[in-house]
Amino acid sequence: MATLDSKIPQGPLAEKWSNHKAHIKVVSPANKRKLDIIVIGTGLGGASAAASLGELGYNVKVFCIQDSPRRAHSIAAQGGINAAKNYQNDNDSIFRLFYDTIKGGDYRAREANVYRLAEVSNAIIDQCVAQGVPFAREYGGLLDNRSFGGAQVSRTFYARGQTGQQLLLGAYAALNRQISKGSVKSFPRHEVLDIVLVDGKARGVITRNIITGEIERFGAHAVVMATGGYGNVFFLSTNAMNSNGSVAWQAYKKGAFFANPCFTQIHPTCIPVHGDQQSKLTLMSESLRNDGRIWVPKNKADVEALRAKKKKPSDIPEEDRDYYLERRYPAFGNLVPRDVASRAAKERCDAGYGVNETGLAVFLDFKTAIARLGEDVIRQRYGNLFQMYEKITDVNPYHEPMMIYPAVHYTMGGIWVDYNLMTTIPGLYAIGEANFSDHGANRLGASALMQGLADGYFVLPYTIGDYLSHEIQSPKVDTTTKEFDEAEKSVRDRIAKLFSIKGKQTVDEIHKKLGHIMWENVGMARTAESLTKAQEEIRALRKEFWADVKVPGTNEEFNQELEKALRLADFLELGELMAYDGLNRNESCGGHFRTEYQTPEGEALRDDEHYAYAAVWEYTGPDTEPKLHKEELKFEAVQLAQRNYKD
Amino acid sequence: MSISGCFLILFLLFHMSMNIVAIFSGEAYDAICAFLGANWYALAGTLVLAAGVLVHIIYAIWLTLQNRKARGNVRYAVTAQEEGVSWSSKNMLVLGFIVLGGLLIHLWNFWSKMQLVEIMGGHEVTLCNGDIVSPTDGSALIQYTFGQWYFVVIYLVWLAALWFHLTHGVWSMFQTTGWANALWYPRLKCIANIVATIIFLCFAAVVVVFFLRSFGCASGICI
Amino acid sequence: MNLKLKIWRQKNAKAKGGFEMYHVENVSPDTSFLEMLDILNNNLIHEGKEPIVFDHDCREGICGMCSLHINGHAHGPDTDITTCQLHMRKFKDGDTIVIEPWRSAAFPVIKDLAVDRSAYDKILQAGGFISVNTGGVPDANAIPISKKDADESMDAAACIGCGACAATCKNGSAMLFVAARVSSLAKLPQGRIEGARRAKAMVAKMDELGFGNCTNTGACEAECPKGISIAHIARLNREFLSAKFED
Repeated sequence: MATLDSKIPQGPLAEKWSNHKAHIKVVSPANKRKLDIIVIGTGLGGASAAASLGELGYNVKVFCIQDSPRRAHSIAAQGGINAAKNYQNDNDSIFRLFYDTIKGGDYRAREANVYRLAEVSNAIIDQCVAQGVPFAREYGGLLDNRSFGGAQVSRTFYARGQTGQQLLLGAYAALNRQISKGSVKSFPRHEVLDIVLVDGKARGVITRNIITGEIERFGAHAVVMATGGYGNVFFLSTNAMNSNGSVAWQAYKKGAFFANPCFTQIHPTCIPVHGDQQSKLTLMSESLRNDGRIWVPKNKADVEALRAKKKKPSDIPEEDRDYYLERRYPAFGNLVPRDVASRAAKERCDAGYGVNETGLAVFLDFKTAIARLGEDVIRQRYGNLFQMYEKITDVNPYHEPMMIYPAVHYTMGGIWVDYNLMTTIPGLYAIGEANFSDHGANRLGASALMQGLADGYFVLPYTIGDYLSHEIQSPKVDTTTKEFDEAEKSVRDRIAKLFSIKGKQTVDEIHKKLGHIMWENVGMARTAESLTKAQEEIRALRKEFWADVKVPGTNEEFNQELEKALRLADFLELGELMAYDGLNRNESCGGHFRTEYQTPEGEALRDDEHYAYAAVWEYTGPDTEPKLHKEELKFEAVQLAQRNYKD
Repeated sequence: MSISGCFLILFLLFHMSMNIVAIFSGEAYDAICAFLGANWYALAGTLVLAAGVLVHIIYAIWLTLQNRKARGNVRYAVTAQEEGVSWSSKNMLVLGFIVLGGLLIHLWNFWSKMQLVEIMGGHEVTLCNGDIVSPTDGSALIQYTFGQWYFVVIYLVWLAALWFHLTHGVWSMFQTTGWANALWYPRLKCIANIVATIIFLCFAAVVVVFFLRSFGCASGICI
Repeated sequence: MNLKLKIWRQKNAKAKGGFEMYHVENVSPDTSFLEMLDILNNNLIHEGKEPIVFDHDCREGICGMCSLHINGHAHGPDTDITTCQLHMRKFKDGDTIVIEPWRSAAFPVIKDLAVDRSAYDKILQAGGFISVNTGGVPDANAIPISKKDADESMDAAACIGCGACAATCKNGSAMLFVAARVSSLAKLPQGRIEGARRAKAMVAKMDELGFGNCTNTGACEAECPKGISIAHIARLNREFLSAKFED
């Protein structure tokens, strides 16, 4: 039975990583050639890890479900990437980035990991520039920065509103270089459906070729999960349509522990839902809050007039607008962290001030910024975002404010990893959004890109060597063993079972029901009652799924319904664990807001005495309750305090 | 395509200036014709020119075959004109064949009766109407040819096709050799239109002027 | 809105495909084009028919996965957007919409509306990178780059690799795609170092993979969802020719 050992190195916080690197083992070039590594996913984490491991000389196989590694959902990140360069001379430092991240995460992240993240952040920017990432620059030729939520310094590097795309293209280019050299072999349109364990160690994967349906086996000395988050459990989210939690979930069922599954980030600035035919929500970058001001009308009469389209937002005079973030949080104003901004929007809409027909929208207004800077500057900064908004909504945001509402965006929870990013299964690693380690209960904007690349370029390539140094005697993994037979059989059985149901409901119809349960009960505000209800409803829905889902076609073809059904089957279990975890955590912190636990001003009320731990869940079986392990979070460098963005 | 095209444009400009002379002075034109008769330099020039034309055509056909293959066997059921894309740019081969057809007629009309005759050692040419002219008497040939209305029509159609071909060809030449950018596109396209139009107008002027003159003297050669 | 849809169906890469007619009813004008197809697919499943396969993922215009040729236009009848950003308000009630996959020899149809674009990956593998390993690089501000150059590089780097350029080009040419990458790196001092090698290798790979030749029609630029200019093709030509001269 695996136990939790976070393997945090000894010594002062600032020296832990250097000390650790100095003491872990490395693998000689001759031996690296003999070792195989599988990387699942080609987002920032997966692509950067696969490329870096290939450069080091390992034999890497990289899998993705898209038709090209370049399409992983990291590509959709808009705003930027943080680094403690202090290029703006605004007194930024590694410590300040670390501190902001820990505080932004509401003190539920592991101090040592977060410090390391801040420490390697600068090298990421150097690396990306060397790869040819066209970051925004000043006229003098040096790099430009912008501000992001949860920080009082300008430390966010950006490439227009397409930073994720540019960083991913950099990592993808590095990956391509290794593919051309033959050190990395790429398997696009391959979905990993199971992790294979041999003698308790991760030794391979079972994949399905998305085009032909062929089930294949691949062996390796180590497996890296870079599979992203599981926000699509909510059906409607800003995640890509194909983003899923299935590899993480299969790993969990094989013995990898799942940490803080209930920590979900609801992003404050998304385009509001327009109707029940919608399949996807679109994010509007947080960077917009640099210059945009969020408001709702002060008077209900104006709200009614807006909803009835009798008034345009621009008709409402300044004195009748409630810039509620600036009112409530004078020090950070519109740049409060995401969880705070989202809850504040929900609070206003719940109070009846929502500005569209559904009552679930607030304004993000650029009037002041356009008056101050001119339309050209705003166009230069956010042109592509404004264009995107107009294409989707048919409203010109240069003239009328944008309408926004919070939506599910990111999952801070994920597979538990130690300081080396290894899960509780030896040889199985989890990096980027797939793991739980760096963002606590809330992630700051522009930090996801930072974490993905930090893990992939600068952490995993070192720490995986420590593990693999013990594997140099292991021969190539034989994929004809009974472990692989069993894993393949279980995959084939699962697929066969889905086809055999021949029910009446489509996968999407059941997924929408799950999304509804999750959003209503495990969403922005949760209660013990709602979380209990969610568990019951999810269990019932799961039964319904396995009795009534309709999956057309066969396995031996390009079958998108089968892909969705396999993923939904896992979401239907994962959703329950999220509710279970939320119910266990009797406090509010970051994105996890339990209505019962709030300050008189309506802020999240933490309970550090009882819940300063990562809730780490162990799978015990299909019908038994998961087992809770606690990783106590010890804070040496920061003082736990109520987060304050007011002054 | 751009290099051979460039060479052909230069030839056209030269040919055009020569033709213009014919409008003003038949004798001067004939003098040029004599100069460009069966002399070694003119012959060499002719060969190079023919090679240029051949390269341009063969390369065009070869590229088109490649491009058709690249396009695939199944075509779109519905296609639409993309915004800002010129018609000629998508029909260069068709235009090229019209130009080639015109060229063949033109060679038969003039070159076969002038330089070719000289090469063969002939000193006189019998026209279809029975007239006999010297192979260096280009102006007489012009008058004869454009005195026939259908040649006027054929030549004008030919020149129009050439105009379309050049409006795309001229700026495209710069694009292919990398001598273009966003700032210069409008300028290059403007230059292309001007060049194409000048070439069209000057050649057409000869055709039209000689056609009109033919009414002045119903038959034969009168300059 | 009620719509008639004429959609290309093809069982697999080897099968012969053909058009089939479908109807969708009560679609909101605010629905996106792909959501409209989701609705159709949901109906088809209920009717016991096979749903239509089409590629899609991020649905916010950046991943480059969606790829439909709609009423004669790559990514449909609106400018500067991908199919996933196209909304039904661009159509009229009662319209017949013809939906085809990308057509290009280098992009064979896999099934229905999904095509194989791995050729684009192969072109980039041939040289669409700067040869630096992880680590050991200079400080990010060590090389100043003029804002103009960085902006131009970014203009080209906005390419999402969707394939609309080659799918639109009457010659099936991938020049805009290749040019976008070459040009983006050529505008940066880091990228210049192996600029000649890159241009030659990528063009050679493009030719090898059976893409057609550029005849400067500019159709790619007109249909590119990211508005990438053919000025980058001019730069690629410049890079390529000067690289050839250096040999």
